[in-house]
Amino acid sequence: MIKKNPSDDIGLILITDVGSTTTKARLFQKLEEGWRYIVSGEAPTTVESPYEDVTMGVYNAVREVEEMTGLKLLNRQTGGIIVPKQVGDGVDLYCTTSSAGGGLQMMCLGLVKEITAESANRAALGAGAIVMDTIALDDGRADYEKIKRIRGLRPDMVLMAGGTDGGARGLVLEIAELLKASDPTPRLGVDYSLPLVYAGNKELRPHIQDLFETQFALTMVENIRSVLDVENSEPARRAIHELFMEHVMSHAPGYTKLMKWTGIDIMPTPAGEGLAIQLIADRYKANALGVGLGGATTNVYSVVDGRFVRSVSANLGMSYSICNVLKEAGLDNILRWIPMEEDRDGCEDRLRNKMIRPTTIPHTLEELLIEHSVAREALRLGLAHHKTLATRLKGVSRATSVDERFEQLGKSLQETYIDLMKIQVIAGTGGLLSHAPRRTQSLLILTDAFQPEGVTKIVQDSVFMMPHLGLLSTIYPDIAWQIFDKDCLVRLGTVIAPSGELDEGKEALNIKLEMPDGKTIEKSVDFGEILRIPLADRKEAKTTIQVHRGLAIDVDEARTLETTLTGGEVGVVIDTRGRPLKLPEEEKKRRDKLLTWFKALDLYPEEAYEEAAL
Amino acid sequence: MVAERDLESDKETHAYTPSLEIKKAVTVRRVRRLPIKGDVLVDVGDIVEHEDVVAKTQIPGDPYTVRASYLLKCEADEVPMYMLKKIGDPVEKDEVFAKFVGFFGLIKNLVKSPVDGHIESLSTLSGQVIIRERPIPIDVDAYIPGKVVEIMPGEGAVIETNAAFIQGIFGVAGEAHGEISIATDTPNDILTADHITADHKGKIVVGGSLATGEALKKALEMGVNGVVVGGIRNADLRKLVGYDIGVAITGYEDLELTFICTEGFGKTNISNQTFNLLKAFEGELAHINGATQIRAGVLRPEIIIPHDRFKPESEASEDLSTGMRPGTLMRVIRAPYFGRLARVVSLPPELHKIKTESYVRVVEIEFDNGTRAVVPRANVEIIEQ
Repeated sequence: MIKKNPSDDIGLILITDVGSTTTKARLFQKLEEGWRYIVSGEAPTTVESPYEDVTMGVYNAVREVEEMTGLKLLNRQTGGIIVPKQVGDGVDLYCTTSSAGGGLQMMCLGLVKEITAESANRAALGAGAIVMDTIALDDGRADYEKIKRIRGLRPDMVLMAGGTDGGARGLVLEIAELLKASDPTPRLGVDYSLPLVYAGNKELRPHIQDLFETQFALTMVENIRSVLDVENSEPARRAIHELFMEHVMSHAPGYTKLMKWTGIDIMPTPAGEGLAIQLIADRYKANALGVGLGGATTNVYSVVDGRFVRSVSANLGMSYSICNVLKEAGLDNILRWIPMEEDRDGCEDRLRNKMIRPTTIPHTLEELLIEHSVAREALRLGLAHHKTLATRLKGVSRATSVDERFEQLGKSLQETYIDLMKIQVIAGTGGLLSHAPRRTQSLLILTDAFQPEGVTKIVQDSVFMMPHLGLLSTIYPDIAWQIFDKDCLVRLGTVIAPSGELDEGKEALNIKLEMPDGKTIEKSVDFGEILRIPLADRKEAKTTIQVHRGLAIDVDEARTLETTLTGGEVGVVIDTRGRPLKLPEEEKKRRDKLLTWFKALDLYPEEAYEEAAL
Repeated sequence: MVAERDLESDKETHAYTPSLEIKKAVTVRRVRRLPIKGDVLVDVGDIVEHEDVVAKTQIPGDPYTVRASYLLKCEADEVPMYMLKKIGDPVEKDEVFAKFVGFFGLIKNLVKSPVDGHIESLSTLSGQVIIRERPIPIDVDAYIPGKVVEIMPGEGAVIETNAAFIQGIFGVAGEAHGEISIATDTPNDILTADHITADHKGKIVVGGSLATGEALKKALEMGVNGVVVGGIRNADLRKLVGYDIGVAITGYEDLELTFICTEGFGKTNISNQTFNLLKAFEGELAHINGATQIRAGVLRPEIIIPHDRFKPESEASEDLSTGMRPGTLMRVIRAPYFGRLARVVSLPPELHKIKTESYVRVVEIEFDNGTRAVVPRANVEIIEQ
């Protein structure tokens, strides 16, 4: 897509996200102080029967925007949005992201599980897909099991990698023949020609063409691993986006019409969200970790030293998938975050009831605490999954010195490069985080789940517009950032968390902050504590942090750090609970500890603690 | 502007969770579709019974890959020289279809078929031979008795019938059929193992507020085809299916018993309306399906009781089509009042701070005993009357 100059003469932008349950319209306007978010309109998505036309949901959401602003945006004669803006009516740009109907569901194939198959998986995820399965010659399954699996899946698209250029031939063709014989059925019906992106050994292209040209809508792109030590996922990712528009979207109900309304290509929602996280990393010039905690899925994004990776945990979420979090994490792990005695069976039943009635909201503090506990576990599992994808390229010799070779002997070559000490920004989005009644709650949920180390800024989405702004950043990056900065990013604050462990109660760190009002705050914090120092949004404090022997505060494992902290709605949080964070095993101690931490941050209303004391 | 949005009429609102359908008489249509193209065996206007096959096809058998060049110990492009069968030829399990004999007969490399089927392809690049298993026949029955009202050529048919229709909230296992048998006296009673007898074999047993794990176990032992109750404990569901269900996509469980709960998890009375409707049709044949899918294309479990006693109702009752208003009967679907019935007293237009400190849109309701409560609108559902 072409990046346009922000000085282009535009004044009003409308962007929608067609979600699986709700279509969310956001209106942005150029005011005197720059670009701002103006208003939201939301309506149920109409992808399913009896409507089966997404434009109805878009129409209803935009109509809500019209009602609230008094603007005329919809063209009631011809349908669609009035673009370009005419005298008093319409907008200068309309575009949309979409995840309705399950989003883009893909299957990946590669030759070696940890090399080309993994690269294919990363490319598909990076393009915003849900990867249903990744098949490799060495994935541990017998051929008949792989075939059964491929036949059982109903993907929207297939990505196949395998071999370096001039490398493996016969084995790559084996996996290709397995795919051909399996003849996967597309989700979008028997008349749909299943798109297949081939990003493997380029010397096999004529054979791949012979094998697949009548059975699939075949596209061949540059090899994703033309040589072992380089992963080139961009051509595959671009092809996936093009095919998403050309094939998948054009088969979804109403999308042909919606495509005519939009000024630029429709983008999968997670791809928009990913661009938003990239924008944050770019503008803060920082390594960033982002998370979209949804009702059905948890997307985790990382930008580390410029490398972007997305993972999607398709069945970790806070409503539809809440019981999968229960299943994956286990009830004990959920209950460990609750400072009161819980009826185990009753808690399971509550979570099941949320699963079957996903739009309900917690009405009691106990229910809120339970959902916040589930969120911590969903995020923890989501990050663990992400780390399995955000790894150094496998199949590549990394060690350059004898020391490094010895160092590697004790470590797995699959280790992730996600080092929380190197992450300077954590960004969260999704209903549970945005709707947390106190901002400290979302900050602590993110902190407990991700366990940031060193000094980390924590931000969150205000009213779910990251996908919208991610899409906008593809054509107007400066406009997107202006809105991001002023209206989308809620700066929660900065977390200071030394890594390592000490004995409980032993002095862990000394901190000295030069506050914006000229005062100096000095504190000595013992190990096992968490506390908050208010520092308002957009305010800074020059700070010196000294940690005790056995703890580290930055990547160099230095014990003293001089830095400038930025504030937020919560402020500065000093977390000396240790990394990894361990909760006391003894029941009463655990509950008391949680209560101490929660009270120190004024996390919940007093009644919550009274319930816990009962 | 947010405030402006909230200043809607306090007399009526569309912000509610639609309730599950409970209808005495309605026209039910069910699409019966083959997974892949095949033959449709009925015509528009035909009258069918629930067990009649309306469409059939054959799914191609599973393919099996055989690394022939590896087994023959030859190059991939040499495999055709050693083949004993041609592409398309049938082969039986363990039948030798390729053979290499060398060194005056002292070396014999044989390649056998892993399954009964036919030779589908041979690759001279990978040296792989693919054997396709014999096709698997698939029959699709009518599921409900009725009239064929539409044919989808090569794909299936639509069957229509007049029936009582009840949607559950959650179920497991697929389609089942059986005579309705009411096992508890009231909608509040727990369905225990004592309620299940040998007489219930092949029937759909209806209970009250909860089915105990023991009751479900006995139902399985007695050959009951289906159980319908208000609630189930998750621990008992786990015992019934043998594992924890992660995502609410069900219907494929390998169970001899279809289970449907109409209200939710935990002990919660089956609604009077559902209980009384099922009681009115006791002894009649019901067609049920536990398949549930909450996300993307909501699919709820269902009970269909074909009859021609009453004229079909319109698709939506007045309450549902006009939304919530003072006097509307509703059910609370979340703690602390989970499962309780109440009537709408008022619909305050402004956002209300609830106990969690969230600001949400609420509804003031009055329970049967005259007590009142304010609950989030997201936590109630309208009861059709």
